Amino acid sequence: MNRLVAAIPYARLLGMDVEETPNGIECVLPFAAPLIGNTRLPAIHGGVIGSFLEMTAILRLVAESGLDNVPRPISFTIDYLRSAGPRETRARGEIFKLGRRISHVHVIAWQDERDRPVAAANGKFLMA
Amino acid sequence: MSTERQYAMGALFGPAKFDIGQFTPYAGRLRMRVVEVGPGFAVLALPYDEELVGDPQRKVVFGGAVTALIDQASGLAVACAMEELLAIATIDLRVDYLRAAVPGLEIIARADCYKLGHNVAFVRATAWDKDEADPFASCLGTFMVGANSGGSPFGGFKGEKAKA
Repeated sequence: MNRLVAAIPYARLLGMDVEETPNGIECVLPFAAPLIGNTRLPAIHGGVIGSFLEMTAILRLVAESGLDNVPRPISFTIDYLRSAGPRETRARGEIFKLGRRISHVHVIAWQDERDRPVAAANGKFLMA
Repeated sequence: MSTERQYAMGALFGPAKFDIGQFTPYAGRLRMRVVEVGPGFAVLALPYDEELVGDPQRKVVFGGAVTALIDQASGLAVACAMEELLAIATIDLRVDYLRAAVPGLEIIARADCYKLGHNVAFVRATAWDKDEADPFASCLGTFMVGANSGGSPFGGFKGEKAKA
């Protein structure tokens, strides 16, 4: 999985890592100053959190499907639940349906406690 | 007496009058630039760069990079609709990817704040590469108005303008 992350330039730009767990992969986004959106809070940019969630969904799909191409997003909906502070963020995707053409993934991201998510997202992806 | 609406960001309206990276580090990191802002709208550009690629086979810019551009343009559009600057936070975004962005081309996003309420602002946005009439992404977003005590990232600018 980390080889795939290394092959995706935008995943490297975010600086994210993937950890294997008994229940599938979990993604980690270490904090870095360029990821800030609001310097006054400070908070990580909404676009960074959205990107991290979308990348997590895609990596989970690749991990579970064995696909050798990157699934293409059809639509991606992000709910921002709390501001994401200047520290590590983690995310995990759950596949609701792994289809031949279209797959549905739900992703949550959290910082300190898993049951206090900072964001959640729903994505539909073309598998072909 | 004038009944014309006074915009807090009015002095910045027009083509490319400021550097968005000075307010937002991640916008600077992706080298976003302001194309134009005006009453309730913002147009931002994201130059193509290899490091934005999300699909190494197709060389297509990652969807999340487009989301970042649209989020930035949408928040700016809300700020540009305000008479008095208040903090803004994204509540949700739904991005539809109509087609792949053409590799190598700069991406432009335009966001329009079509309703500014006391608590919530509503925004529509599209992104295109060659032609505004042929967008590759479309987005609906909602934003919290007066979101937190931290203040608007454009607050530094607000200080330059005398309150009426």
